[in-house]
Amino acid sequence: MGKTLAEKILTKKSAGDACAGDIVIAKVDLVFVQDTTGPLTVRQFQSGKFKRLANPQKTAFFFDHAAPSPSRQLSNDHKLLRQFADSMGCLKYDVGSGVCHQIVAEALARPGDVVIGADSHTVTAGALGAFATGMGSTDVAVIFALGKSWLRVPESIKINISGKLNAKVGAKDLVLYLIGTIGADGATYKALEFGGDGLANLSMSDRFTIANMAVEAGAKVGLFPSDKITEAYLKAQGRAKDFQPLEADKDAVYEKRVGIDLRFIEPMVAKPHQVDNIARAKELKGTKIEQVFIGTCTNGRLEDLAIAAAILKGEKRHPDTRLIVAPASSKVLLEAIAAGYIKTLLEAGAVILPPGCGACLGLHQGVLADGEACLSTANRNFQGRMGNPEAFIYLGSPATAAASAIKGEITDPREVS
Amino acid sequence: MLKGRAFKFGDNISTDHITPGRLAHLRSDLPELAKHVLEDADPTFSSRVKKGDFVVAGSNFGLGSSREHAPLVIKMAGVSAILAKSVARIFFRNAINLGLPVLICDTDVINDGDMLEVDLAKGTVKDITNGKLLTFGRLPEVMLKILGEGGLLPYIHKHGDFKL
Repeated sequence: MGKTLAEKILTKKSAGDACAGDIVIAKVDLVFVQDTTGPLTVRQFQSGKFKRLANPQKTAFFFDHAAPSPSRQLSNDHKLLRQFADSMGCLKYDVGSGVCHQIVAEALARPGDVVIGADSHTVTAGALGAFATGMGSTDVAVIFALGKSWLRVPESIKINISGKLNAKVGAKDLVLYLIGTIGADGATYKALEFGGDGLANLSMSDRFTIANMAVEAGAKVGLFPSDKITEAYLKAQGRAKDFQPLEADKDAVYEKRVGIDLRFIEPMVAKPHQVDNIARAKELKGTKIEQVFIGTCTNGRLEDLAIAAAILKGEKRHPDTRLIVAPASSKVLLEAIAAGYIKTLLEAGAVILPPGCGACLGLHQGVLADGEACLSTANRNFQGRMGNPEAFIYLGSPATAAASAIKGEITDPREVS
Repeated sequence: MLKGRAFKFGDNISTDHITPGRLAHLRSDLPELAKHVLEDADPTFSSRVKKGDFVVAGSNFGLGSSREHAPLVIKMAGVSAILAKSVARIFFRNAINLGLPVLICDTDVINDGDMLEVDLAKGTVKDITNGKLLTFGRLPEVMLKILGEGGLLPYIHKHGDFKL
C-alpha cells in the first residue's frame, strides 16, 4: 500500500512502518521555542532533572513575540532564555532576527525533517516537506533531553490544487477559502496534504502562507511535496545541499479529497471572531477599519511586502486608519529596503515595526482600542487576540490589507489600481 | 471518583480566551496569571470556581496557541477534569502532560451549575442534578499511561524513555 507524505516521513524517522493511526516514536531533527513558551520549557526541563540536551545545535531559541521586550517581566524571561541557551550551546536568534517560523524556513528546516516547536504555527515548515508541528512546553522539554517524541501518525486529507490564481488574489485567499469550507476543526488531528498540477503555480512564499494556516483547520501538519520550487528556494537561501525530492506515493490512501481550482478563488476575509467565519472581501465593503496590520509568519515575507507596496505606491493611508507593517525577518527587512518597498510604505504613512510577531498576539506594538476593527494579514482573529476582547479582527491578504488601508474600509483589492 | 460542579462554556473556546497574549508578561508568575483564567470567556469564572469543579465545553475546546499555560492555569484553578465534545490537539496533549484529564463526551446534556460525578476508571459521568449518565471515550494507550503517572515528567522520570 502506498504512503502519504506524513507516513513516508514518519516511517523514516521512526525506523518502522508508519501507517495512519499508528503511534510511533520519531526522531526530532529540529526543536525550538520562542520567548513566550520558552521559559516554561526551561523550567520543565529543570524540574525534570534533565542535565543535557540531545542535540544542542539542533535546539533553537527565538526572541520574537516580545521583541524588543515591552516589560520588566518579559525582559527577565529573555534573560533566563539567553542564559540557558548559552550555557547549553543552543542556537539563539535574539531580538530583531525575526519570527521563528520565518527563520526556520530560511535557515533550518529541510524536506523530510521532523520539526517540533513550542508554537502552534510550527506547521509553516510543512511547506518545505518537513513534518512540522507545534507542541507545548513539557513535550518540548522532553524533546530537548531525549531528541524524540511520540506521535500518532495522522490520517491525511488530500487538497488537490488546479489552475492559477487571478491578479490580486493570493495564497491567503485560498487558505481562508479552504478553512471556511472544511471548518476550524475540519482537520483536527489530521494532516492536510497539498498536491495537484496547480502547485506549479504556487511559490514557496505562497506555500508557507498556506502551510502556516493548516493549524487553523485543526491540522497537525500541512504538507507540500518537495519539488523544483522547493529546490530553487533552498538554493536561494544558500542551502542547496539541504534539498531532497519528496512526494507521496501514487496509491497512497487518503481519508478525504478536496479539489480547489485557483481560477475561482476571490479575495476572502475571515470575520470576527473565528477563522472559518469567511466572506468575500467585496461583501464587506463599507466595514470601517481603524488599523491595518501587514506582517507575521503568515504574510510578512518579501513577496507580501512587494504586493502591499505595489498597491500603496503613490497613495496614502486613509487618515482614520493606522497602517502597521512588521517584516517577518531581518533578511526580509533588508531585502525590502533594497527593493524600495519600505520607502514606499513609509511614504504611504506606514509605521515599520522591527522584525518579529509585532501586533499579532496583542502583547504590544499595535493593541486595539475598545470597539476598533483591524484588517490583519495574520492567522488568528480570536476574541482578545490583539490585546483587547472588545475589538474586532478581520483577516485578509496583503493586497486586501493595502487596498483597505487606502480606503479606510474593507476593500476588494481589485477595486484599486 | 471526582465530584464537582459544571462550569459550562460554548464551542471554539480558544487559548486566547483562556490565557490571552496581553498577559504574556505574567507567564513566569503563574499564581498571578491563574487569577485571569478563562477571563475573556467568563470574567466571573476564576472567583467562582472551587477545587474539584469541571470545565464543561462544546466542540474544539482549546484551539489556537501551543501555550501550555492554558491547561496549566485551568489546573491551578482547581479544575479536576475538562469535559468537551472535542478538543484541539495541542491543548489535548498539554493537558494530559500536566496530568489534567480531558474527557470527550456529549456535553449537551449537562447544564451550567449541575453537580457531576466522574469515574475515570469506568469512563462514566453522572449528572447528579438531572440524573443523566454519560460515557466518555477511552484515551489512546500512550496518553492513558502518561496520565496514569500524573503527567509526562513523572512518566519520563519513572521510565527514562517513551515506552509504548
